[in-house]
Amino acid sequence: MSAIQETVTDAPAIDAVPKRAMTLGAGTSAVVLLLLLVMPLFVKNFVIFQLTTVLIYGLAVLALNILTGGSGQFSLGQSAFYALGAYISAVLMEHAGMNYALTLPISGIICFAFGFLFGLPALRLSGIYLALATFALAVAMPQFLKLGALEEWTGGVQGLVVTKPDAPFGLPLSQDTWLYYFTLAIAIAIYIASINLLRSRSGRAMMAIRDNEIAASAMGINVALYKTLAFGVSAGITGVAGGLGAIVVQFVAPDSYTIQLAIALFLGMVVGGVGWLPGSIVGAAFIVFVPNIAESISKGLSGAVFGVLLFVVIFLVPHGARQVALVCQHWIGKLKRS
Amino acid sequence: MRGMQKLRIAAFSTAVITFAAMSSSALAQKKYDTGATDTEIKIGNTMPYSGPASAYGIIGKTEAAYFKMINDQGGINGRKINFMTYDDAYSPPKAVEQVRKLVESDEVLIVFNPLGTPSNTAIQKYLNAKKIPQLFVATGATKWNDPKHFPWTMGWQPSYQSEARIYAKYLLKEKPNAKIAILYQNDDFGKDYLKGTMDGLGDKAKTMVIAQESYEVSEPTIDSHIVKLKATGADVLMIYATPKFGAQTVKKTAEIEWKPLQIMTNVSASVGGVMKPAGFDNAQGVLSAAYAKDGADPQWDNDPGMKKWVAFLDKYMPGANKTDGSIVYGYGAAQTLVKVLQMCGDNLTRANVMKQAASLKDFETDTLLPGVKINTSATDFAPIAQLQMMRFKGEKWDLFGDIISGDVTN
Amino acid sequence: MELLTNQILAGIATGAIYACMALAVVMIYQAIDHLNFAQGEMAMFSTFMAWQMMQWGVPYWAAFVLTLILSFIGGIAIERLLFKPLAKAPILTNVAGFIALFAIVNSVAGLIWDFTIKQFPSPFGSAPFLGSQLISTHQAGMIGVTIGLLVLLFLFFRFTRIGLAMRAAATLPESARLVGINTSWMIALGWGMASAIGAIAGLLIAPVVFLEPNMMGGVLIYGFAAAVLGGLSSPLGAVVGGFLVGIFENLVGTYIPGAGNELKLPIALALIVIVLVVKPSGLFGHTVIKRV
Repeated sequence: MSAIQETVTDAPAIDAVPKRAMTLGAGTSAVVLLLLLVMPLFVKNFVIFQLTTVLIYGLAVLALNILTGGSGQFSLGQSAFYALGAYISAVLMEHAGMNYALTLPISGIICFAFGFLFGLPALRLSGIYLALATFALAVAMPQFLKLGALEEWTGGVQGLVVTKPDAPFGLPLSQDTWLYYFTLAIAIAIYIASINLLRSRSGRAMMAIRDNEIAASAMGINVALYKTLAFGVSAGITGVAGGLGAIVVQFVAPDSYTIQLAIALFLGMVVGGVGWLPGSIVGAAFIVFVPNIAESISKGLSGAVFGVLLFVVIFLVPHGARQVALVCQHWIGKLKRS
Repeated sequence: MRGMQKLRIAAFSTAVITFAAMSSSALAQKKYDTGATDTEIKIGNTMPYSGPASAYGIIGKTEAAYFKMINDQGGINGRKINFMTYDDAYSPPKAVEQVRKLVESDEVLIVFNPLGTPSNTAIQKYLNAKKIPQLFVATGATKWNDPKHFPWTMGWQPSYQSEARIYAKYLLKEKPNAKIAILYQNDDFGKDYLKGTMDGLGDKAKTMVIAQESYEVSEPTIDSHIVKLKATGADVLMIYATPKFGAQTVKKTAEIEWKPLQIMTNVSASVGGVMKPAGFDNAQGVLSAAYAKDGADPQWDNDPGMKKWVAFLDKYMPGANKTDGSIVYGYGAAQTLVKVLQMCGDNLTRANVMKQAASLKDFETDTLLPGVKINTSATDFAPIAQLQMMRFKGEKWDLFGDIISGDVTN
Repeated sequence: MELLTNQILAGIATGAIYACMALAVVMIYQAIDHLNFAQGEMAMFSTFMAWQMMQWGVPYWAAFVLTLILSFIGGIAIERLLFKPLAKAPILTNVAGFIALFAIVNSVAGLIWDFTIKQFPSPFGSAPFLGSQLISTHQAGMIGVTIGLLVLLFLFFRFTRIGLAMRAAATLPESARLVGINTSWMIALGWGMASAIGAIAGLLIAPVVFLEPNMMGGVLIYGFAAAVLGGLSSPLGAVVGGFLVGIFENLVGTYIPGAGNELKLPIALALIVIVLVVKPSGLFGHTVIKRV
């Protein structure tokens, strides 16, 4: 509009989260872990399957959290990395006969490389422009997967059916229970690694960039390196989640990884609290269970009911589950003191 | 939903009473699997009630209304149908979750008419491993007719490929020198039609088909594709598109004064839902094939079957849009299931449901075209395999030629 | 050669759709400094309202004006009811709110008017325009309306007090408040205007793509792309961006051999991303200098 260049002091898009507030205390962690460990003993197989799905989406939300909450970059393209990881695992299992567990690190590494490369052009973009670029990636991915040239491996529009693994070493566990514990182990490992990453030198650098990019670069932080690194790590974790998703659902198809998935993961992050890693699992539970609640209220209006529930949540707690946790902490502290 | 729960409780208490009143000898003749009792039969279903494919959600609503009508009429052999239908948002992972919920938590007898090729592919292995019927799936892929490998899965409507072969046969006979352009949606639906056409044309496909053009559902208009296809000089245009794009194609070809012979997929042959919005003037002479009657077509106004259909709509779905082909579809599928369950009698095991579903002989629903009959056998899991060609004239379809059987086996 | 000119003409015709939507996107961006993901659905809902009025026998132009007024009021109401309470919440929470609004509007429209496609009348007719079959009078009319809107918006932002105040409120809220601008109501006004422009876009797009609850899904993606390509702060950029995207996409689909047709949207988007990498604030956008 105007020829005059405007100058703005950019308010950070993401609230600064102090690094200690990004995790749970030791006591709370132990309780949550115990709950996650014993839960499958009391529920039906399909509920275990749902819980596994929650863990997998939780990983993908965590990955987005590292990117957005950790380095301040916004992505609507996580479904692309998820799809890539899922297809790599599925293709390796079905065409190369590889063990399912071995396919996951490969998915992770390839997605890391892919994310790192995508992070390079993304360096020049921020805010809405970055959102559009990542959105383009999410829209493009299903079309790549359908591409005639790749049909021999991807199964084209028909997708690929994957064999579900049994519990190893003759363990007396159902397939669902085994996959739940398998996923849980990977999720915990990645969670701990992520916390350590954010607490490390690299993590501090990322957060400095998130809070103020110009100041960070003035302090001598290699902005380009850490921003692309954040993209790579986020994509890698999402890829592992995608691989797990393929194994658990036993099926990959372009229709499974549309922009809807990217939007769901984004909502999971907001509901869980941007930048608060433990919130990822809360957000994941939201995107798995709330649509079911919505449709049980009304079939014809399930979309509308979901929207209303989402509004209720963001009205009550605009900062997501993190806000709830902070309030709880506050109350517990008060109780202890009195 | 709440109504459904109430029904379940009511059914339960009746079950207790009936059980108490019944002599043990009567029990011996009845056979049940999980999901069936003396008083109710639990049927599971998934549909995209939300998300981009929500247009099909009306099928599930129609089926729910149809079963309500059956229950009001006394149910099936005295048993009420408890129809549980969940939203899968057209996402295969969600479909797996919902179907497992139906099987493991709601404990349904069968899964009936789940919609979408990707969703059905995702649940097929699971249901077959558990030996639970995946009956009359709502997709036209060819792969559902495979009793050898998937004895618990059965289709319902004519497959896309067999329909496409009928068009190919027609062209080979009537227009052997045709220059064919094919417009198809880039997904399982469009690709199946493409394959059927190419297979049907056989050796001549190479010379006759001069252009294959795909489009994505995310495109707002397909004008550019039509302009491109016109430039190829084709004189036949095969339109393998969903209703919105089908209507756009018919309208656009008229606007740019391109007049090829147009052949429209049955999916988009609706008079009220495609031809009318596209403009009746533009749609004159378009060819298609059908197996069911069209709710908006005046030629069926006095048809006894369609009169029943209209009476059903008026009572159980007041305000429903009669031009929506999905309502005709849902009605026909639900009626077929009711027939199968009636044939099962008191032997409501899953194996018997499959056995009866595979023993349909010349069954006609209220909505099928006169002469089109449902036939199945232990080796034929394609219930509807017949179509009749038709030409659009005035404001309705003129059926012509014989009823053609287009079975394609896997 | 004929195919090339034809594809460019067809691209301009389709581009008019994108340009129209992109204008609404720019309008909301000027008011709230964000993209509204529910914009397309709001436009779709407005179009359905107009359709319903016409079904009840209201003549086209009366329905047109009534719809604009209702959309304007509706836009303000949505802002006051749903997004004013979120004004202090983080930006990403607001984005989640847009997604929720999208789900609600889409689902309610589906329940009221079902998902079958509906014919929507055009005030301009659909005869060939100036002898060219590729651009109909409707599409020519649409281009005309888009350019008219563009001029109006330009004048509004450049020369009216409210327009200037709105821009000030969106870019520098604190300073705007200091000079006495009611920033909160400026935002509401922006919602109202964006909603009304969206309604015009919907009314013009519906005759081409047919009216149904999901009609704006694809259009919105292209509208965003066009607005971003042109520079989100410039109405002129949005319109130019719309035509460019339309032409671009057709040429990619026609002339890139092999995958061009299957991948035309990704390729078009990738080209836009490349443009953005070279010129991060779009073709017509102004550079924003950041300070520590």
